[in-house]
Amino acid sequence: MSLLKYESQIREPLVDGNKTYHQVTVDIISPIEMKPTRLWYIGFYISVALLMFGVYSIYREVTYGIGQWNLNKTIGWGWDITNFVWWVGIGHAGTLISAILLLFRQGWRTGVNRAAEAMTIFAVMCAGQFPIWHMGRVWLAFFIMPYPNTRGPLWVNFNSPLLWDVFAISTYFTVSLLFWYSGLLPDLATVRDRAKTKLRKLLYGVASFGWTGSTKHWQRHESLSLVLAGLATPLVLSVHTIVSFDFATSVIPGWHTTIFPPYFVAGAIFSGFAMVQTLMIVLRKVFGLQEYITLGHIEAMNKVIVLTGSIVGIAYITELFIAWYGQNPYEWYAFKENRANLFSPYGWSYYLMMFCNVMSPQMFWFKKLRRNIGFTFFMSIIVNIGMWYERFVIIVTSTYRDYLPSSWSTYYSPSIYEIGFYVGTFGLFFTCFFLFAKYFPVIAVAEIKSVLKTTGESYKVKMTDLEKEDAEKFYVEEVEHAH
Amino acid sequence: MAGGIKKFVVGCFDDEAVLFPAVKNVRRKGYKIHDVYTPFPVHGLDHAMGLRETSLHTAGFIYGITGTTTALSCISWIFTKDWPLNIGGKPHFALPAWIPITFELTVLFAAVGMVLTFCYLCQLSPFIKKHHFHLRATDDLFVMVIECTEKTNDEEVQTFLKNAGASEINVQVAETGWWLGRYDKEQKLYRALETGY
Repeated sequence: MSLLKYESQIREPLVDGNKTYHQVTVDIISPIEMKPTRLWYIGFYISVALLMFGVYSIYREVTYGIGQWNLNKTIGWGWDITNFVWWVGIGHAGTLISAILLLFRQGWRTGVNRAAEAMTIFAVMCAGQFPIWHMGRVWLAFFIMPYPNTRGPLWVNFNSPLLWDVFAISTYFTVSLLFWYSGLLPDLATVRDRAKTKLRKLLYGVASFGWTGSTKHWQRHESLSLVLAGLATPLVLSVHTIVSFDFATSVIPGWHTTIFPPYFVAGAIFSGFAMVQTLMIVLRKVFGLQEYITLGHIEAMNKVIVLTGSIVGIAYITELFIAWYGQNPYEWYAFKENRANLFSPYGWSYYLMMFCNVMSPQMFWFKKLRRNIGFTFFMSIIVNIGMWYERFVIIVTSTYRDYLPSSWSTYYSPSIYEIGFYVGTFGLFFTCFFLFAKYFPVIAVAEIKSVLKTTGESYKVKMTDLEKEDAEKFYVEEVEHAH
Repeated sequence: MAGGIKKFVVGCFDDEAVLFPAVKNVRRKGYKIHDVYTPFPVHGLDHAMGLRETSLHTAGFIYGITGTTTALSCISWIFTKDWPLNIGGKPHFALPAWIPITFELTVLFAAVGMVLTFCYLCQLSPFIKKHHFHLRATDDLFVMVIECTEKTNDEEVQTFLKNAGASEINVQVAETGWWLGRYDKEQKLYRALETGY
């Protein structure tokens, strides 16, 4: 029986090197079975230290109140919500890679989906912290849940975008977690069956739910993944749409724009892919996974970055144009004076955003730069900074001058505990990511195996013979026969 | 929920391209395939084995519409009957504003319901243990397990599997189904003691 699926030679192999199924298992699972390196410990302890600083910042905020942050009369949403939107946005790339690219049958997702999904879950965990602690009296946080209560029952406002956010973020977290973990089951079973120590057998035995690899189970697993992908795709779009509604449904100049939902979604994917690049470039180096996360993968992600970066650029310009064309004096003032005027207090942040998000990704039109790892890493940081500033620009420049000039605020700069909270979520994120990288297969082993014989380097070579054959003959004899 | 103790002939294949014709031949010959354990989903294997399509996605649809109905009925009851809030004189029945939550609950119910159903159907859960015919079935071997009935001559089956290209063949007496147990301990169901194998 020859190859059922033909892959063109023009497409780069997704797995480099001469690999067998067993070799794939060994390459991806052996880092879990070894003692962590010194570098891992250093990174982990730094993350935990950052996390501790975050915990202390939250402790200050809960004990003394929101006054620990430098929010003022007109800027009620500052760093806190900026960080929230930034983290949620970062999460989106994981779902995009695992769900949308699954529906589009993009084979290259197999190399990066596992780690990207993990990134999604940790990013959403970080994002969730901000609205929760922003409540101030966090011990009343359960008031946001609609349940028959003794306070009336007093219900939550189902017409409010802030409540939609509660539903969107919690659903997003749950669905991402289920998607990620159901994909992990077969790989955890692989770790379990290779385990030598008792503890390992126990822990991975519990974690893998007794997975055996039965054909019927795989059939259901495939069906489950496909439907979850189909659900996660509109879900991921809805989540950032709803986040953008927090702003778009208000009547604040600079916020009430109908362009926000698609603009936010594109921005989310843009920043998410940048974060995936940052993590993957380090991960492939540290774990020696260059043959699985190839230059081809990095280039594919850079193409997404240049596309979404350009969409974001068009959105910025459209927004600016409509502010002028709409002739609403308050709206136009917000854009002309608060943002586009370089010499206004926050003008610099607008131009920094433009430079990082619109100008610099255009470099990825050049193939040489798309395939340059150092440059990609540098750009991924730039894009993440730019996307943080995008949210900062939207939030702060729209609120620091309101309708009444006498209440215009002084320059807003965050307090150490505001910064500490943000830094703390980095700690949380990287602590989780370090633990994930140590204890879980960072690449979807089973999925790599399922594409190995069609896209692996050593197998693709054999397809050159196929290319010489008559296409029609191949179709009649091989493809139809297989069905 | 154990399926009992049975005798099996286990054939391991290195390559899925060898496995496919072997599955077809085994079925043609009339042997009863208990299961084929593979390290990754082999497309078309379920059809080759004659398994029926899963209806998991239908279950997902039903869970989804349950979510839709739950959201719509709860919100409309709360906002029109239980506590009609006057929000700037706007209609109490504000359907467009409920679309986001309705959508989220549809997705949530469908996803959670499907995963739970998947785990139930495949009998997956923490602390569940099953018999593994070959440890490398999750690594690089495609393990075909043929159940022996009273009529089966297991030596004949073994020769047959050898000719079909199996690289490793053995006979196992094993417990089917699952039991509560841990993977770091040798644990069998009590019934193992009672049977004569």
